[in-house]
Amino acid sequence: MDEQEGRDPAAARIDDPWYDALASGWGELDGETVPATVPAQHDGDGEERLSPAEIYLEVHRSAAFQEVRRRYRRFVVPAVLAFFAWYLAYVIAAVGAPGLMARPVAGAVNVAMVAGLAQFLTTFLLTWAYARHARLRRDRAALELRWVVFEQNQQNNPPRDGPNPQAEQGRGSRWIGGQGTTRETNR
Amino acid sequence: MIVGGDHQILALLLFSAFVAATLAITTWVSRNRRGSAEEFYTGGRLFSPMENGFAIAGDYMSAASFLGISGLIALFGYDGMLYSVGFLVAWLVVLLLVAELVRNCGRFTLADVVAARMSERPVRIAAGTSSVTVSVLYLVAQMVGAGSLVALLLGGTGDAARSWTVIGVGALMVVYVSLGGMRATTWIQIVKAVLLMAGTITLTVLVLLRFHGDINLLLNSAAEHSGHGKEFLSPGLKYGGDWTARCDFISLGLALVLGTAGLPHILARFYTVPTARAARRSVVWSIGLIGGFYLMTIVLGFGAAALVGSAEVKASNPAGNTAVALLAYNLGGGAGSTGGTVLFAVVAAVAFATILAVVAGITLASSASVAHDLYASLRRRHAKQRSEVAVARVAAVGIGAVAIALGLLARDLNVAFLVGLAFAVAASANLPVLLYSLFWRNFTTRGAVWSVYGGLIPALVLVMVSPVVSGSPESLFPGVDFQFFPLQNPGLVSIPLGFLAGWLGTVTSGDMPDEAKNAETEVRALTGAGAV
Repeated sequence: MDEQEGRDPAAARIDDPWYDALASGWGELDGETVPATVPAQHDGDGEERLSPAEIYLEVHRSAAFQEVRRRYRRFVVPAVLAFFAWYLAYVIAAVGAPGLMARPVAGAVNVAMVAGLAQFLTTFLLTWAYARHARLRRDRAALELRWVVFEQNQQNNPPRDGPNPQAEQGRGSRWIGGQGTTRETNR
Repeated sequence: MIVGGDHQILALLLFSAFVAATLAITTWVSRNRRGSAEEFYTGGRLFSPMENGFAIAGDYMSAASFLGISGLIALFGYDGMLYSVGFLVAWLVVLLLVAELVRNCGRFTLADVVAARMSERPVRIAAGTSSVTVSVLYLVAQMVGAGSLVALLLGGTGDAARSWTVIGVGALMVVYVSLGGMRATTWIQIVKAVLLMAGTITLTVLVLLRFHGDINLLLNSAAEHSGHGKEFLSPGLKYGGDWTARCDFISLGLALVLGTAGLPHILARFYTVPTARAARRSVVWSIGLIGGFYLMTIVLGFGAAALVGSAEVKASNPAGNTAVALLAYNLGGGAGSTGGTVLFAVVAAVAFATILAVVAGITLASSASVAHDLYASLRRRHAKQRSEVAVARVAAVGIGAVAIALGLLARDLNVAFLVGLAFAVAASANLPVLLYSLFWRNFTTRGAVWSVYGGLIPALVLVMVSPVVSGSPESLFPGVDFQFFPLQNPGLVSIPLGFLAGWLGTVTSGDMPDEAKNAETEVRALTGAGAV
């Protein structure tokens, strides 16, 4: 792992999903987080081991994951449709209804100006709303799921020769596309 | 253009200071580099959200925005505002649909995200090709901007100075990128973002002070000095003509809002932070910075119209690129005054710094595409395996050379237009494949390949046969006429084509969706499991 100069080395433990501490603060909707009721934990020894693909399938089916996905989509889909429609309406009104856009509102300020500034305002508001929603409704559950996947991978597919010395090469092939590990366990 | 010797010298001094500082940063951050790909492409993924937010803003706020948008507003009033609004709203697409998921699914490039659940080779080649194409188009825009800035600074003296500037900028960026990698590039972006914001805030405050904070007075004065009266403040001056001009406006609007999420150098920035949450927070930072910046460009544009006058801006540069510089001169006290000289020099130096930093960011992203996607896929199986980073360094030199050559060729094209074009190609070729592979579980390899080429090729061909290239007095080859597509910006046609091609490719390929791969992609995208 490359460490940047002057950084707290503890901050560099990327392998540990917990190191990214959650922002806590006012308005934290604690009661609403989803319990990560994923999958029975499998003991590493004894029974058949789960391949990474099976672990992902299992997590994917879990209620906790479905809830995270549902929350993400229920915010993002309407939000994207709304801001995109509002932006398109703004663009089309400029060429389709110039008369309306030129109507004065106050002094030199006309409808077009107000609409343009309103685009800025809605962008800032939606950014704030999304960041808040993600922080309060999604982050904790997502982090717990990430931890579940990580732990199960550790239990079922322990690194063969201890912690990989060439951390970067190892991480790359292990995670990206997952092919590295899949191949190894299927052998 | 008013040219005194003083502001040239001062601007050159300021700019040399910036270059010296950035070279020092490059040396400093690369003093004990280990030459790993992780370090070269992502700077070790250890930037904080705030640092990355500033760097994203630095990557995004190009000279085209600083000089071009204010200029367009100074010339065409309200119609120039579309750029400001579109460039900002685009970040909602990035924030809501792209940033976190890309951070979770990818490693270095756009192709990483797409190739994760497909057969790698064809997808990587396609996504790599389109990334490099977009980057080169965007690079050329910045190089042309650098050239015209110097022409302005030296009062239009000679093409030689202009060519040498383009070459100099290209050479400097190759040094930054190949020696410093992502770490140096990021710090340069941060420094530049701070400088640019400081310069813009100063000018905006001065404009507002001049009008005693009375926006109404500013707008009325702008309308009066523009020579267009009230029409200046409402839509239609530039794009209000026949239906082609109106379609062009819509096309540009679409390209602006959808293109950002497909820009390779913006996507690469999300890999420099440790987690998806950090990526989200950096986008929130950058939306704040970018939004503030574009609001200020509106003030500067109307301020230039009010204080300098549209006619004088146009006389100095028909595309309006010099509006902010003229405004700075005026705000400082006019021709010959010390204040005017200093402000003018500051604006020129900031604009140079902007170009240099943006160019470095794009070069790094495209060299990553060349080395990580194209070279890794196209290398002959038994050829000697070279380190990917070595290839990326060579690629940075090559891309620099290509950009210098094209920048010299295209130097008479309008900068803002070139940027709009790069956005259109990014929105047509990169965005559809990115969204499909993140959100459509049945998306297949063939769909991915078709959607990249189905957006890329129409976008490029439509530009070839547009009035930009031939058939009108302002085109690249005014002598010949093979134009039959009326719009300047291809987005209106090519973006839907990209989405359509991806859908067609998917439904016609017989591939069965792989449930395990889909599950893995979805879980990883939303939770960050297994992310590097």
